[in-house]
Amino acid sequence: MVMNTLWRPFGSSVLEPFGFSTSTWLAESLAEMNRLSAEMDRMFRRFGLSDRWETPVVAYPALDLWQDDNCVYVEAELPGMDISELEIYVTGGNQLTIRGERKPPAVEKGTWHRQERGYGQFSRVITLPCAVKTEEVEAQLKDGVLTITLPKCDAAKPRRLAIKAE
Amino acid sequence: MAQDLVKRETNGNVAVAERTRNAVTYTPRFDIVETERELVLYGDLPGVSKDNLDVRFENGQLTIQGKVEPRHADHEFLYGEYGIGDFYRSFAISEDIDADKISAELHNGVLTLHLPKTEAVCPRKIAVKAG
Repeated sequence: MVMNTLWRPFGSSVLEPFGFSTSTWLAESLAEMNRLSAEMDRMFRRFGLSDRWETPVVAYPALDLWQDDNCVYVEAELPGMDISELEIYVTGGNQLTIRGERKPPAVEKGTWHRQERGYGQFSRVITLPCAVKTEEVEAQLKDGVLTITLPKCDAAKPRRLAIKAE
Repeated sequence: MAQDLVKRETNGNVAVAERTRNAVTYTPRFDIVETERELVLYGDLPGVSKDNLDVRFENGQLTIQGKVEPRHADHEFLYGEYGIGDFYRSFAISEDIDADKISAELHNGVLTLHLPKTEAVCPRKIAVKAG
């Protein structure tokens, strides 16, 4: 009975209902199941079988993308970058390019104990779900989080159809 | 959860997810460099503002905690490649650190910490006199 409520392969909060009373083995097997389902999700996505957009997970920067009736929003974590160091543009109405270079910190001679952060040039192109107004795209960088607001073309906005009653 | 796993699998510059009791907490990535006079730490904390950052140094234990406000609770993602959550990391610092002189700076989501060594452990240059 427990397992029935647990098994939500594509759900996003499988562990939550149990709080910290969850025993370790259960948490571990759940984590493993989730890892598997994420793996499958990714495979299906690659073959276009999933309902989500194709999402290459190794690309940098990682993106969150969502939309409302008027705009498409793209968000990326780009700590340590200045907005002037970023190139953001839209081509062909729906191809968004984010390009830049993250430079390593200027450090005098020393011993590196850890080197976990990455540096270098990056460029990512994604296809937006619809055409956008290229001239009205706005980008904002705050605390290392980039948010791009892309107003949709009027043709792409949902329209309420007038229905006449007889 | 699926998003967190994506984050974990992303080999790039996103943090690693770890589940705690309330929400998802991420382990931020850090660079640590030691020079003759100090330890310098650089950490990626995207989305953390100065007011939501807590840095402590106690008994040789350096703790960094950053709170991130949920930004899009009710969005349906077309791309969801990373998750949003708090940051937590702690380091055991073995060097003798002059705790009073620790300085921290947060700029564009990157935390820079300077931990100066105590005078006792700083290398001293000894002037050699010609006889």
